[in-house]
Order: sequence, then C-alpha cells, then structure tokens
Amino acid sequence: MKQNRPLARAVTWFDLKAAPYVLISPYFLLFAVFGLFPLGFTVWVSLHDWELAGDRAWLGFTNYTELLVDADFWNAVVNTLGMFVLATIPQLLLALVLANALNKRMRFRLLYRLGVLVPMVTSIVAVAVVFGQLFARDHGAFNWLLGTDGLDWQADKLTSWTAISVMVDWRWTGYNALIYLAAMQAIPRDLYEAAAIDGASPRRQFWRITVPMLRPAIIFTALTSTIGGLSLFTEPVMFAQGDVGGGSLGQFQTVAMYMYESAFRDRDYGYASAVAWMLFLLILLVSLVSFLFTRRIGGTK
Amino acid sequence: MKLSRKTAALAAVLAGVLAAGSACGADDDGGSGRITLVVDTFGSFGYEELFTQYEKDNPGVKIEHRNEKEHEKVYVPKLLQYLEAGSGAGDVVALEEGILTSLRGQADRFVDLADHGGAALESDFIKWKWDLGKSVDGSSLMALGTDVGSLALCYRTDLFAKAGLPTDRAEVGRLWPTWADYVATGERFQAKVSGTRFVDGPAALFNAILSQEAPKHGNYTYFDTSENYVADKNPAVKTAFDLVNSLKAKNLSSGLKSFTPEWQTGFKKDSFATMACPAWMLGVIKENSGDAYADKWDVAAVPGGGGNWGGSYLAVPKQSKHPEEAAELAKFLTGPQSQIAAFKAVNALPTSPQALADPQVAQAVNGYFNDAPVGEIFAAGASSLQPVRLGVKNVEVRTVFEDVLIAIGQGKLTPAEGWTKAVEDGRDKAE
Repeated sequence: MKQNRPLARAVTWFDLKAAPYVLISPYFLLFAVFGLFPLGFTVWVSLHDWELAGDRAWLGFTNYTELLVDADFWNAVVNTLGMFVLATIPQLLLALVLANALNKRMRFRLLYRLGVLVPMVTSIVAVAVVFGQLFARDHGAFNWLLGTDGLDWQADKLTSWTAISVMVDWRWTGYNALIYLAAMQAIPRDLYEAAAIDGASPRRQFWRITVPMLRPAIIFTALTSTIGGLSLFTEPVMFAQGDVGGGSLGQFQTVAMYMYESAFRDRDYGYASAVAWMLFLLILLVSLVSFLFTRRIGGTK
Repeated sequence: MKLSRKTAALAAVLAGVLAAGSACGADDDGGSGRITLVVDTFGSFGYEELFTQYEKDNPGVKIEHRNEKEHEKVYVPKLLQYLEAGSGAGDVVALEEGILTSLRGQADRFVDLADHGGAALESDFIKWKWDLGKSVDGSSLMALGTDVGSLALCYRTDLFAKAGLPTDRAEVGRLWPTWADYVATGERFQAKVSGTRFVDGPAALFNAILSQEAPKHGNYTYFDTSENYVADKNPAVKTAFDLVNSLKAKNLSSGLKSFTPEWQTGFKKDSFATMACPAWMLGVIKENSGDAYADKWDVAAVPGGGGNWGGSYLAVPKQSKHPEEAAELAKFLTGPQSQIAAFKAVNALPTSPQALADPQVAQAVNGYFNDAPVGEIFAAGASSLQPVRLGVKNVEVRTVFEDVLIAIGQGKLTPAEGWTKAVEDGRDKAE
C-alpha cells in the first residue's frame, strides 16, 4: 500500500487539477489552430509585401500607412457603415415587432414561427437569382412596381445600399425575431397580468415590460448584427453577380469585399491582411458603441 | 476506474476530432480504381463531347468539369487562390492569354509539359501561340494553346431588317469599313428602332478595338515592351476609349457588362443588335439566346479590318495529384482533332495549322448563324494573326478601364473624368 502512495497521490492530483483542463483542451486546441494562429499569422503577413502566388518581402508598417490614405478603403468603410445603419436598425425593430406578433395566440402559430426561418434556409444561389431579377435595370420587378423604368440600382450609392439592405433584412430578420421570441417566452406572465389589472394598454406593456425584459437578447442581437453587418460580404457580392468590386465605382463595395479584392484580384496578400486588421478594429469599435447604446434600453437598471 | 473512464472519454473526443479532420481530403472515388481529373474552364470551351469520348477511351479516368461563366472577376480570383493555397485547383486548368502572361514568371507552379511528351507537339501549334505557352525564361512548357480569337462582328438580321438596313453579311460588312462608319450605322439603326440599343455594352467593344489599334502603335496596350505603364501615352488606348464613349454619347449602347445575368437575359429581350465577336463568342451567343433565336444572328466582317482578341491555354498545376494523367488529358484536349471538335461545338478557332487547314474548319458553316461561312470568316486570317503584347498586370488594368466605361454609361462620370480616373487607377494597379 505504501508503495502505491505517490502514484495514488499523483492520480488524485491529476484527477482534481489537471483532468478538467485536459477535458476542455480540444476546444482550446482547435481555437489555437483555427482562431489564434490565423489571427497572428495575418499580422505577420500584413507586415510584408506578400504577393499571392508570387514573391514576398518585408515591409514593416507600410501597408498600414498606405491604407490610411487609401481613398478606396475609406470609401468601403463609408459604404459598410452606411449599409450597416440602413440594414440593421429597421431589421432589429422589425424583428421585435414580428416576435411580439408571433408571441400572441393565433391559429397555425407554429407554421408562422417556422415561416420566418425560411429565408435563412433558402439557397444562396436562388436568392442571388431572385434579387438580381427584382433589382434588374431592364425589365426588373421593382422598377416596374415603382414606375422607375431603366433605373440602375447599382449606379448610385443610396439605391444600391437600399437594395442590399433589403436582401440582408430579408435573410436575417427572421433569425433575430426568433431570438426575441424565445426571450419573450421567458418573461413571467404575472407581470403582464399585474400590468393589465393596473390598466396598462398592450402598447404600454410592450414598451414597459417586454422591451426592458428583452434587454439581454437585444444586446446579443445588436452585437451579432454589428459583427455580421460590418463584415458584410455575401449579399453585396451577390448583388454585383459575383464581382467583389461593388459597382463600377465601388458604390457598394464593403470593407470585406475590398479585402477580398486586394487579396485575390490584386494578389496583394499583405495589403489584404492589413485591411483585415483594420476591419477587426472597426468591428471592435462599433460593437462597443452599440453595446453602450443598447445597454441603455429600457431606462434604469 | 474513474481515471480510465475519463481517459476513455478523452480518447473518444480526440478520436472524433481526428476523424472529422481526416474525413476531408478524400479525393478518388473509393476502391473503383478510377481516378478523377477535375477540369476548370470559363465561358464556353465546347469540351463536353470530348470529355465523354476521353472517358470512353480511358476507362481509368473520370472527368469532372467545373465551369465559371465570368472570367476576370469570378474565375481568375478563385484560380489564384487555389494556386496560392497549394490545393483546390483543377488537374487541368484553362488560362486566358492575359492571365497566362501574368503567370509565366511562376513556372514552378505548373507541371512542365515537356516532361510528359509535350515538346513533340510543337508543329501542332501556330508559332507565337506555342512560344507564349512557355515560361518567361523559356525553360518550361507551361501551357498548350486551345484557340485564338480572330475578330468579327455579330448582328441581328431581323432587327437590321426592321431598321431598314441591309441584312446580307457581305453588304453589312461594307456598311462599316471603319469604326466611324460603324457608329454612323448605329445612328441610322437607332433612328428607326427604339426598344433595342445598337450595341450590347462598352467592355467587349473596347477590348476588340484596342486589340486592333495596338498593332498600329508598337503592338502593345497598357504596358510597353519593357513593362512600363503607358496607358496614358499609348494612342491605341485613347482611340478605343473615345470610340466606345462616342457610342454611349449617341445613346447607341445598352451599357451592359458582358457575362452578367442581365447581359445574358438581354439576348432574349432584344436588348442589343450587334456585338464584337471573337470566334469563341459565337458559342456564347448561341448558348444565351437559345433555339428561338436561330437564324436571327449573323456574322459580318469587323470594322477596322481584323484583329486578335483572346484565346486560351490549358495547363496542369503542380498541385495535381495525377500530373501524368492530367498532362495526357491536356495534350488530348489541345490536339488538332480536339481543336476541330471544339470549333464544331462552340466555334473556338483552332490554333493548330493542321486544324485550321482542315476542311471541317476552313469550309465550316454555322447553322445557327444563318449558315454563315465561319471557317472562311475566322480561319482565313488566323494564321496571319499577331499576338498583342500584354503586360503582367494586364488583367487588373483592363478591369479598371472596363469599370470606368460602365460608370460613364451610368452617367456617373463624364468621359473626361473617366479617362483621368482610368489612367490613374490603372497606374495604381500597375505598381
């Protein structure tokens, strides 16, 4: 027995101290390989003149200093922020209203609840084809509806941003609505009953009970929408039929598209990596702002 | 016991992770013994029947064809990404001459086809086409030519009749000995027809005119023979730019971007009546227009007299797991007989002297285009074509000019602003 003591102690130590770390290590290993390493490697690449399928040479911070005076980059930043505002605010408000409606008693409730998820599971190719035709210059459905025949939605910033925001909202409103709906169902019924007895109208109940109680969900959706909105790529690329240039003059080129263009059209990996880091900083900044903003929802704590 | 259960659980988790990791990367289809060769192409190469034939003759090979319609902005970025990543590219990849030019300095990324019996094929190719397929230092045979882009002009006979213009291809050709005459014809057309524009869009025409003008000014475009950026100084570029904008100013252009869905839809909506037609464009027109438009298109001589636009190559990336088999396939697809077959399928004009002389090419008529004698129109001048010298960054600069022309069409820039922007943005890309 005595001989086994050190072993037993080691086993106990391992069991208590090391085992938990070993058990959670797969996640951290994967994170290190697929999260941390690319992040660090991007920094390394961004300090080089790193040509895709070509030569590479040390540059230092030249990529960053060039980027700060690059009009195309700032154009992409403006476009990204513009589309973010144009898409996200209506999207979250609409999702809130939608979730409130779905939370009511009605016939075929499950059907409606599932229905809001349909845009998310639609094939991206189908979305591109359909919206491409809706917003087409010649024989397009929206031009026909609005009586704006021959309007080229891709020609102006505002029209292209609007078209892309419609696509974004079409795809993501349902997702956010479902998160709000789940949070709404966690709100105790007696709060509403008490408010009703006190004579609060449904509208008042919505703004004074539902919205404040949803605050954690709203903060969550605001953050995910910020990250998604600022790294917007798929919808504008589909709108331009696969072109990452974002219109003839970059009317709707987002930062993510500019990054892709730098890497794969101009074959400048170093510059693209610098863009990636600037995008990362931009997302941090805007996330902070939207967190501070949404935290104030519902007034006092 | 406690410990071993944990160990077992941990082992299970790790095993799961490893299994998930190794599940990717399977390549060949199981134990059937057949290998799969992936062929990447863009636009229309007309290889479908050749693939079927090759699979029949080589039971050990299965061919998977991946095609992108759009070249510069969809096909090329993907291809470059695959080359950089070291995996993902097809075993045989199609390279348009512009992109081949920019890759000729990186021969180490491609299999030297001379190692696979390619060197013996020299007589199967027009001299300059063969030479351009070699790496810059001439040490490696990187690619084999598929076709050359002899120029013509395609037009809609039914719409020309509506406008009171002649419809016979010889008479139509006489309407426009020069591009100025072409613009004048456009004005006559547009005066009578309103729903349709005379020409599809700026880009194709610009490239066609540029390829004609280049030989008059040192036979280069945006870059001179020492790779200096000369877009602002080369009169060829300005001439092509101004001609295309004069069409826009006179409201003769539909302003569509080639190979976009709107452009493709335009074929069926009568959006345009003429377009610049390198030989390979005939296949594209037929594919997009469909049977309902058979005999409504015809082929006439191009204003300005001949020209060489486009033409492609096949290469085998080094990353291919089956370089030997891929090289065999590339040799097969670029052989004279295959070039004849591709010509029959989509009118990709052969780059092999034997194929060009073959009656199946030289005397070919295209049933879809009113039995136009496409062999005579395209093949006749093919052997005398000269390659326009392209710079390494040709594709990037060309894209800039095409985008600016579209923006001018959208009314976002005046032609003068557009010229300044194109020259400056092009310079940025060139550096």
